[in-house]
This record gives sequence, structure tokens and C-alpha cells, in this order.
Amino acid sequence: MLYFSKLRIISVIIFTIIFSYFALSNFTKLDDRFFSKNINLGLDLQGGSYLLLEIDNRPVITQRLQAKIIELKRYFKEKEIILKNFSLNGDTITFEAQEQDLEQVSKLLNDKESDINQYYQSYKSHEFDVIENNNLFNLNYSRYGLVLLKNASLDQAIEIVRRRVDEVGTNEPNILKRGNDRILVELPGLDDPNRIKSLLGKTANLTFQFISQNNEESFGTEKLSFEDGSREAIVSKRIILSGDNLVDAKPTMNSQTNETVVSFSLDRVGAKKFGKATSTGVGKQLAIILDGKIISAPTVREPIVGGSGQISGNFTFQSATDLALLLRSGALPAPLNIIEERTVGPDLGQDSIDAGLLSLIIGFLLVIIFMIYKYKAFGLIANLALITNLFLLIGILTLFEATLTLPGIAGIILTVGMAVDANVLIFERIKEETKSEKNPIIAFDAGYTKSRTTILDANITTLIAAFILFFMGSGPVKGFSVTLGVGILTTLFSVYFIARLLTSLYVVKNKEKEQLL
Amino acid sequence: MNNISFNKFYRKFNILSLVLIITSLIFLIIKGLNYGVDFKGGTLIELRTNDKTNNITMIRDSFNQMNLGDVSVKKFGNETDFIVKFEKQNSNDPDFIKNIENKLSSSIGDVDFRRVENVGPKVSSELLKSGIIAISLSLAAMLLYIWIRFEWQFSLGAILAIFHDVIITLGIFSIFSLEINLSIVAAVLTIVGYSMNDTVVIFDRVRENLRKYSDVKIYELTNISINETLSRTIITSVTTLLALLSIYLFGGEILKGFSLAMILGVIFGTYSSIYIANPILVALNVSQRTIVKEEKN
Repeated sequence: MLYFSKLRIISVIIFTIIFSYFALSNFTKLDDRFFSKNINLGLDLQGGSYLLLEIDNRPVITQRLQAKIIELKRYFKEKEIILKNFSLNGDTITFEAQEQDLEQVSKLLNDKESDINQYYQSYKSHEFDVIENNNLFNLNYSRYGLVLLKNASLDQAIEIVRRRVDEVGTNEPNILKRGNDRILVELPGLDDPNRIKSLLGKTANLTFQFISQNNEESFGTEKLSFEDGSREAIVSKRIILSGDNLVDAKPTMNSQTNETVVSFSLDRVGAKKFGKATSTGVGKQLAIILDGKIISAPTVREPIVGGSGQISGNFTFQSATDLALLLRSGALPAPLNIIEERTVGPDLGQDSIDAGLLSLIIGFLLVIIFMIYKYKAFGLIANLALITNLFLLIGILTLFEATLTLPGIAGIILTVGMAVDANVLIFERIKEETKSEKNPIIAFDAGYTKSRTTILDANITTLIAAFILFFMGSGPVKGFSVTLGVGILTTLFSVYFIARLLTSLYVVKNKEKEQLL
Repeated sequence: MNNISFNKFYRKFNILSLVLIITSLIFLIIKGLNYGVDFKGGTLIELRTNDKTNNITMIRDSFNQMNLGDVSVKKFGNETDFIVKFEKQNSNDPDFIKNIENKLSSSIGDVDFRRVENVGPKVSSELLKSGIIAISLSLAAMLLYIWIRFEWQFSLGAILAIFHDVIITLGIFSIFSLEINLSIVAAVLTIVGYSMNDTVVIFDRVRENLRKYSDVKIYELTNISINETLSRTIITSVTTLLALLSIYLFGGEILKGFSLAMILGVIFGTYSSIYIANPILVALNVSQRTIVKEEKN
């Protein structure tokens, strides 16, 4: 166990130097041409926000089901099949068919080539499950139909979230899908998480609808309240224009009223619709509605045909900027709820780094002093191995651009405490061996050989714990499992290559001495 | 070589451990654990005030006026730092935290929210579930590993030692109402690893000695093995505790609970490797034949 070939010695040294270089590159500005990687600091160390958003798909499902009813009516009308008593109970569409049509309706709904109830070859399932009960049909979203719907709405939402976050301009945001109804947003180094939160919390559904003069609207009416909660108004359900037709929006100053407004421009279709509606509706009040609340309801004085307009409504410059941002980035398909938030301010992050480093240095020194006190020259060897170990650990974390968190720093400190274990096991074993064996080289060799299985056993158990933590843990705790797990591997390397090499050199040089250890 | 008669105290310490475990279980069942926002849901705010005259009562009163459910306020390190926890978390209102900050600023002056954690009920129950799964999974994995490496008598001893450490550590957290959060789960998992590590070192020696001496009774043999590995046990516990103590004292308030759990775990882990794992080998009457029979298979 004590013999090292020249080649091995050189590889160990080169390996150690390379990783030490990686480790040091975090702290000093070394030449970036060779190596430009750094350890990432977790949100708990650099400050920032972690937001977990859950999409509330219920409105989307209801909307789709309502659209489906219209589609069904049209489809069967074309086929000259009369269906009646359409209704929507919860998530179930119900309708009745006439006795003579039952077979054909059923066939159309269950056919794999069906246009009205799409069949997904890959899932072996239709979009809707059809349950027939005499002449009553019940349609429900199938499991896969629902999954597809949720995925589509999540994809759309994630796109909007990304646009909104990008517009605010934070550095390196991380936006990820989680399951089929969640979005994880990580915003490092964010000053004001509240602004992002309120931007992400808004669906931003913008519509233009006329205020109703009488209650005899063919589309029906609804009662909506104003944004400031001051009053309510009856609004026609007919949507003149929606946010989808907007191509741009920005905050501007209205030179006449000296008021901050949001000016917008419309695409061609939108401009046409808007022009037509405003020409027929001169003198009427046009309500501008955002997420079910009326922002303002100006009176149309003349047709607006240019395809651009202004929204006024007691805005501050900030709120006008935010509204413009929301309108530019588009509406979310469904509301998002923030179900988990973790925000750390930048100064607390820095405090954590300071405290973490201080405790690392103190812990390290305590262990080093204790080992020298206990083992003298061999303590020094163990300490050299420990220092190399630390460099290797940080070097590997740098190479893989791992994320260092506060518990991660704790993991490094713990590694320092536990890393000496392997050397202690070896040294104690050697001490025992020297009692019966006078030749120090043989005794040292036996010490290494006999302690090997124990060291492996002991380290594998900790490695198992680290592995499980890595797969089950989240965020900061995951960072702990990474440093703990990598720490075990570097420990084994530093013990079996660095410390053993140094030990062998020392023992061969001092083999004449009595009582080496 | 040390020669301490550890085995004379097997019985006494087993009774002590039994008392500790039963006490812990009683507390865990009746009083339960003090779950933090990670597992209970709710909101945690770490705040710093600019005004040194602000105290816990003033802060609690201001929060109580906001209808947030049960509010708890604690000092956190510095004179001016406080941790506020309350049940309510409002995922439907993205301006929830902003409004609290505004209201608080108007009642007690400028405050800085240094850390905010807001966990909804769905997420907290998921986190609790995955925490329990992680701990159970690691126990199962340890059991499997040791079952492959050792004879079943040894596995039983090691696993009981781990249960002993985990139950007592959690028991102490229950008795003193210390907060259980995600990092405590990490600590418990590491304790499991450490305790196993410590036990395995002694067991390896027991097995080696079983091969060496055929005429020594297991009662004596465990004692020899404990003594032979004693200096390693002590040195490793000391270095680990030195590192942990450094985290506890200098690593900041956030790591306090984590390092405390680990310190307790290391102390009980070291103790249980000697006084739980070994007496079980004695009780199961492990002999040379136990390992020889296995090896023949």
C-alpha cells in the first residue's frame, strides 16, 4: 500500500494542481481564457426571490367547455341531427338526442377519426369521455384531454411569465416548469420582489366593452365595479376589442390634461374592429376593463380609426409603466397564484456569506490544531490532506458550476470535521500494528490495508444519506447534499492519494526511528 | 490500549436509553413537533428595525392589528432583528407582503424585510410528505446496505441504534419546542449517516475479533472491540463536534437549529454505537458460528 509509481505521483500532483486552480479562480481574477467557470451562489447567499406559481385552470376549463357546447351545436346542425337541452353541470356537458339519432351521435363521438371528439393515438384516448344514458349524453374531459389542456395552458403561461420577467429586466432569471400546473421562478439579486409579484399575479385580461344604456342588449349585460371601487356600471357583454389585438403599449403624458396615460397601438384587425365600433358608438361610453374591473369609461367623441388610442385612469407613472408592461406581454391564460415564496434581501445574503466563511475558517483551524496536537507529524500530513481536500471540493463544485447555499457551506464545514475520520482510522490501526510488527514499513502497510473496508463502509453510509437528500431535497438543502456527497469523494481521494503518498515518503525517510506514530 | 469496562454498564445505559426513548415518544405523541412554515404553511418574516426602541411587544401589537391569525415574534440575533411568524399566507393577493410592510412602517417606523418565506398549505403538506419519505428511504437504504454487508444480528443492532438517535433528537426538539424545518430534515439524514458510520466501525472490529478469538464470549468481545476503536471514536467525534460547534457559534442564526440537531445527533450517535448496537449483539448471542455460518453460504 505504501508504494507509489512515478507516474502515479505525477498524476496526483497534476490533478491536485488543476482543481486547486479551479477553486482559486473563484476568488481572484485569474486569466479567464482557460477557465471561466464559477460557483453559483444560491438565492439565500446572493439575495433574491424564489417563487412557485400555480396556475388556476378552472376558468380555462369552463371556458373551453362553453366553447365546446357551441362547437357541438354547430357540428351536429351541419349533419342535420337535432340535439337539445344542452347544459353544463360542473365539468360535464349534457345534451339529449332523439331516439333515431342515438346510434349515429354515439358513432360520431366515439369514432377514432372523429373531428368532434379528437382521438390521441399516443395516449389511446379521446379528448372527452362519453357516457350514454338512454338518450342522454354526458361529456367529460378524459384524463389525457385534461393533461393536454393543462400542458397547453402552462406553456402559454410560462411564455407570458418569461416576457413579464424579462421586461422588468432582472439578471439571469430562471423560469422552469414544475409538473403540469406549476411554474418555478428564481430571480437572483432582485431589489423589489413585490413589483414582480404584483405583475405576475395579474392575469391582464384587457377588454373594451360599451357601457349599456338599456338592459335590452342582445349579448346580455354584466355589472362591473370600477378599479377604485367608487361605483359600478352595467356593461354590455359584447367584447369590442381585447388585449390580443394590441401590438404595443407604453406610458405617455397627455399634453392636454397633463396626466399620465397608457397609449396603445392595435394590429390591423384590431384597428378595423375598433374603428367600426367607435363609428357606430359615438356618444356612448366605452369601458376599458382589466381583469373584471373598469379602469375608465371615456365617452366616444369621434370614430377612432388610426389604430391607436389612450387609456386614462388616475395612473402614477409607475402604475402606467406596469400596465403598459402587462399589456405588451399579453394576458395569462388563467390566473396564477403564488403558493410558495422565499425572498432573501441582499444584505442578509452577504451576512450569511460572512458568517459561513467565518465558521468555516474557525472550524477548519480548530480541527487542524487538534490533529497536530494529537498526531504531531502525522497530524500535519492529515492536515495537508484536509487542505487539498478543501481545494478539490471547491474545485469540483466550480467545474460543475454547482450552486452553493448556506446549508451547502455547512456541508463543507461538516466535511472538514468528518474528513479526518479516515486518516484517524488508518493512524489508529497503524498504532495497533506497530505493537506486533517492528518493521515500520510493514506495519504502515498493514494499517492501510486492514482499515480499508471499514473506511469504505463508513463513507458509503454517509454517501447514501447525501444521495437521498439530493433527490428528495429542494433548494438550499439540495446544496447541502451536494457538498456533503462530493466532500466524501474528495475525502477518499485526499486520504488515499495525498495523505498516503506523504506518509510513505515520511516513513521511508524515517524508518530507522523508533515510534514513528 | 484503553481498557474500560463498557460492558458493565450495558444494562444501566440501556435502561437510561429506554427511559429517554419513552419520554421522547410521549412528548412526540402528546406535544408533537413545532413545525416551521416549511411544514405548517404560513408566513415568516425576518425584519430589521432602524429604531432601537422597538421591542417585541410593539411589533407584536402592530402585527396583531392586521388580522393575520396567530402571530409569534422573537428576537433573532441582533437587538434590532426579529423573526415574525403567522399562520396566514395569501396566495391570491400578490401585494400581501407589500401591504404588511407599508402598515408596519406607518406604525413603528422604517423596517427592512430581510427575509420572507411564504408557504401555502398545499406546498407545506407536500414538503412534509417528501421529508418523511426522505428519512424513511434513507433508513431503508441503510438497512439494505448493512444487511448486505453484515449478518442480520448486526443490521438489527445498527438500525436500532439509528432509531434511538433519531427519536431522541426529535424528542429533544419536541421538549424544548425547537423549530422543525427543511434544514432539520437534512440534519436528521446526516445524523442517520453519521450514526451508521460510527456503528459500522465498531462492528467491523467485532467481526474481525470474532474470527480471531473463538473462545471469548460476545459480552467480553464487544468490550474489547469498543476499546480498540475507542480513540478513533473519540477523535472523530471531537473533530466533527469542533466543526459543528463552529457553525453553531459563528454560522449565523439561520444555521443554529441545523447545527444544534447535528450536535445532539453526533453525541447520541457516538453513545448509541457503544451502548445500543453492542448490547444487541450480546442479547442475540452472536458468536463465531454466526459469521462462519454466513460465510459458508
